[in-house]
Amino acid sequence: MIKIKEYVMAESLEQAYELNQKKRNCIIGGMLWLKMGSRMVPTAIDLSNLGLNTIEENEEEFSIGCMTTLRQLEQHEGLNSYTNGAVSESVRSIVGVQFRNLATVGGSIFGRFGFSDVLTCFLALDTWVELYKGGCIPLAEFARQKPDRDILVRLIVKKHEDKSVYLSHRNSKTDFPVLTCGISLREGQIYTAVGARPSRAVCLCVSEADWKKKGSEALAGELAAQFPTEGNMRAGKEFRSHLAEVLIGRGLKQIEKMQEV
Amino acid sequence: MKIQMTLNGKKITEEIQPGMLLLDFVRAHGCKSVKRGCETANCGLCTVFVDDKPVLSCSTLVARVSGHKVDTLEGLQEEAAEFGAFIANQGAEQCGFCNPGMIMNALALFRENPDPSEEEIKEYLAGNLCRCSGYEGQLRGIQQFLAYKKEKEGAVCR
Amino acid sequence: MQVVGQPVMKKDAMALVTGKPVFTQDVAPADCLVVKVLRSPHANANILSIKTDAAKKVPGIEAVYTWEDVPTQRFTMAGQTYPEPSPYDRQILDQHVRYVGDPVAIVAGENEECVDKALKIIKVQYEVLPAILDFHKAKDNEILVHPEENWKALCPVGADNKRNLVATGTSGYGDVEAVFKDCEVMVEETYHVKADQQAMMETFRTCCFMDAYGRLNVVSSTQIVFHVRRILSNALGIPKSKIRVSKPRIGGGFGAKQSVVAEVFPAFVTWKTGKPSMIIYSRQESQTASSPRHEMEVTVRLGAMKNGKIRAIDVYTLSNSGAYGEHGPTTVGLSGHKSIPLYEGSLEAHRFSYDVVYSNVMSAGAYRGYGATQGQFAVESAVNQLAAKIGIDPLKVREMNMVREGVQMHSYYDEVSNSCALDRCLERAAKMIGWEDKYPARDMGNGKVRSVGMAMSMQGSGISGVDVGSADIKLNEDGIYTLAIGAADMGTGCDTILAQMVAECMMCPIENVIVSGADTDTSPYDSGSYASSTTYITGRAVEKACRKLQERIVQEAAKILDCESEELEFAGDSVKRLATGEEVSLTQIGTSSMCGSINALEAVEDSSSPVSPPPFMAGMVEIELDKETGHVEVLDYVAVVDCGTVINPNLARVQVEGGIVQGIGMALYENIQYSPKGQLRNNSLMQYKVPTRLDMGKLRVEFESSYEPTGPFGAKSIGEIVINTPSPALAHAIYNATGLWFRELPITSEKIAMGLLKK
Repeated sequence: MIKIKEYVMAESLEQAYELNQKKRNCIIGGMLWLKMGSRMVPTAIDLSNLGLNTIEENEEEFSIGCMTTLRQLEQHEGLNSYTNGAVSESVRSIVGVQFRNLATVGGSIFGRFGFSDVLTCFLALDTWVELYKGGCIPLAEFARQKPDRDILVRLIVKKHEDKSVYLSHRNSKTDFPVLTCGISLREGQIYTAVGARPSRAVCLCVSEADWKKKGSEALAGELAAQFPTEGNMRAGKEFRSHLAEVLIGRGLKQIEKMQEV
Repeated sequence: MKIQMTLNGKKITEEIQPGMLLLDFVRAHGCKSVKRGCETANCGLCTVFVDDKPVLSCSTLVARVSGHKVDTLEGLQEEAAEFGAFIANQGAEQCGFCNPGMIMNALALFRENPDPSEEEIKEYLAGNLCRCSGYEGQLRGIQQFLAYKKEKEGAVCR
Repeated sequence: MQVVGQPVMKKDAMALVTGKPVFTQDVAPADCLVVKVLRSPHANANILSIKTDAAKKVPGIEAVYTWEDVPTQRFTMAGQTYPEPSPYDRQILDQHVRYVGDPVAIVAGENEECVDKALKIIKVQYEVLPAILDFHKAKDNEILVHPEENWKALCPVGADNKRNLVATGTSGYGDVEAVFKDCEVMVEETYHVKADQQAMMETFRTCCFMDAYGRLNVVSSTQIVFHVRRILSNALGIPKSKIRVSKPRIGGGFGAKQSVVAEVFPAFVTWKTGKPSMIIYSRQESQTASSPRHEMEVTVRLGAMKNGKIRAIDVYTLSNSGAYGEHGPTTVGLSGHKSIPLYEGSLEAHRFSYDVVYSNVMSAGAYRGYGATQGQFAVESAVNQLAAKIGIDPLKVREMNMVREGVQMHSYYDEVSNSCALDRCLERAAKMIGWEDKYPARDMGNGKVRSVGMAMSMQGSGISGVDVGSADIKLNEDGIYTLAIGAADMGTGCDTILAQMVAECMMCPIENVIVSGADTDTSPYDSGSYASSTTYITGRAVEKACRKLQERIVQEAAKILDCESEELEFAGDSVKRLATGEEVSLTQIGTSSMCGSINALEAVEDSSSPVSPPPFMAGMVEIELDKETGHVEVLDYVAVVDCGTVINPNLARVQVEGGIVQGIGMALYENIQYSPKGQLRNNSLMQYKVPTRLDMGKLRVEFESSYEPTGPFGAKSIGEIVINTPSPALAHAIYNATGLWFRELPITSEKIAMGLLKK
């Protein structure tokens, strides 16, 4: 169990940032992962009162506060209609409603967890991370970085008439995924993110023209070969690579179907 | 640190350890229906409402819910008995250890979606584990309760 | 029948659904010391030194105990009738630790914080020894799990600690090899079932305190209060007269709580300190230091003719008891004795032999099915494979060979099957699932295949000649009854089921029956709730006690009416004099028995059975299998059970449903994985995935009852049989979808998909 010595409900991001510069202090998201560790936290920093628990939508983008829960993501009509339900699909297998009422999008993304459905899904979209000091950077870049002492304030998802899909494979329905796959088509490019490899998700991009030329199945095989996989207690490397091909192939076909409509 | 909350309708102001979890807090306040079944937020036994939303009290800091409203099954006894009787009528309560959490979450479902489909029921309650019943009897109980509610409300309308 | 056979609501149901404080932790004294255990990080090691001084100085710490502080006599934690078949190989704490998780020290303190702190600063120096992590290599290995001289086995089960043997043996009928020689078809395969966890929602927990008489009171979540008393007496070296054990409501057991997993630690603390104490196992401890299923590898040789007639079965089981021998010698027996008899309709010969070995992994215990589950996965799979091999419908093969009523079962202690509706179960289940249309499979055209699979099962009803059930029933004022039992309701509803039997016998409403649960001070002796014994064994005791009490009530009425007992008839709420029409009410009798009476209106009866009549069951499943991902979606599971007379259809049905879902989890994804150092990685509900309600399809349960002449109201058991069919039925359905046999559980999507790729 985690031990917390002091708890601060931050009154401003600046205050939170300053407190967070001390190495052992930490910002608490949904607490679900954090509480399982056995670390001693001198000061736990809570961002709950900074109005960062909403999803805002305008013509250009969705702005998702870091304290937004996975359940809010799941139920947000605008976001789900824009992503063809991919966002909802990416979180609905995560344990249960009570869990998703606590887990935050900031915690999920900042943790850069290998198993993260959320990271995989947003990687395929045109997602940016707004950092308190570091400004806005693409999610892909953020995901590659090592965790630092900055604060993830918001996720920004830019709108482009995307066609998106999310798929995962699990040993049982609410288990961690064996493999995750998010695909998004926008502005003539196919973005394919594969996670739970079991290391964290990465995203590859090919042109729509290339896809059409090769066909979904061939492209799926080609892409799958480029995602490195390993084994862990949920499945072996070989099966993961096989699944990558299967899920990418299925995802591409689903996007094809969306185009037909 | 000092916190205050409304627990089952009662205002509480108290000095607590900053790391205290809501599960331990409500149990210390006599809400023994709230159980701990795991350390990994997987079982749903500790479900309580914070501002009417079902959450896992094992993963919620008391500090964080300061100023908020918390409800456990102890505060929802009438609803629990009314709905619980339908579970009991199936024999699906079995050992009963998971029941409070499941009933809390089911009540949350009924408030959010008064007419859920079978699939919606299963999805909403997926985070409530039960090792005795095989879930099927719980499902029967839930569906019969919903039918009873519908009939009751229909009768009122008429 | 008025009450028996009715779907009566459980007596404790409303308290449970409204969350009343009725479990061990809820009823424990407020000022209990917190007890926790320091556990070994090594699979096999000797403790060279333990430094506890600093830990003892942590403010709030009451005591720290190590192997140097505990009695040295060995005991077993298996909740079995004395003399226990399980070897005496335990100490409360031992200098030699034998698996990752073996207790090293006990810490008791005022609160969790100080106990955790103390646990962290205990310094242990280990001499790490080579470990046996592969149970195939255990027998006659030079590494000995139990080299100690004071190890002992009380029963002649073939145990030998110098060979790492917990038990070994062989039994049979006829000349198996000769019959095999004459067979046209042979199936010979080996099947592997892992050490699955019961994973009941309430982990192990016990609280202890000293009472006004200076006795150790133990309140525990246990299925076996009387065995706990004996085991604690053995472990602590104190007389049984000094111990009282009772159980409140139990949050699930499934056999896990048929071993003394947690009780010894707080019992030792309270006995030593005189202070109340409590231990609550974490889920991690419950997963890694408890009493799971015995891992078994079962080799089946089956000889048959091309027409489908099964002539001989040979079963060899290698069972892994882990670091200690609890339930090792007995579970293994069921892997043969409850799988082979399913085919006694045609068998000419059989042989069953086994070895049960020690190894350096968590020790096993009792888990619903108790070896039958492992054996039936093997034998039922082999029969399904035989059917595929000779191209005959597996339904037909079973109809041709299965045990039927009146058959003498040589492989089941020569018992005659006096009640058996297995044939009707199979026929009905086939009809329910639409076997004729759906067998073997249909390609859905989208990469998915729908297929069906089947299995049969049997279990026992109590342990013949061993289990004792008992009932103490008395009449009170107002004509109400109190039933005292030593059987343990663990959610199964036996308090209610036994009360139903009282209500039926005494012709009264069930509300007039108060049930007083297991307490070693006040309950009549009962071996406890395990081995599918309570309805059958204790139920019979209830029947007998009711009959006796009726006689006494009639005698009391005869005194009041001043006539002979023979003139009277017991009529439920009164006793009637047939000739005159006079009657005396039960209230009057109850009241008069409390004034100047010398006739106690109370009756105690024991029951034990020379036979253990098997319940029978057929389970069939329809799945949809994704050929690319290997995912198996359970669509529909039908089960038809013959448990004799169904005492409470609701509770029986939920037993079946619950057992099937546990069985589905075991078949498809509940996994046991050890690290190379012997650490169990499935140490939480995050890493050991039990089924959620999204993981099972539709369950449909029906009953086809036979009438068991030796059972109460014709009843047999139901508690365990229900977990047995999913593994073989699912393996069969997966074969029918893919053409691949899987012989190791769980059958994960990875195994299926990779199997198909390599095909």
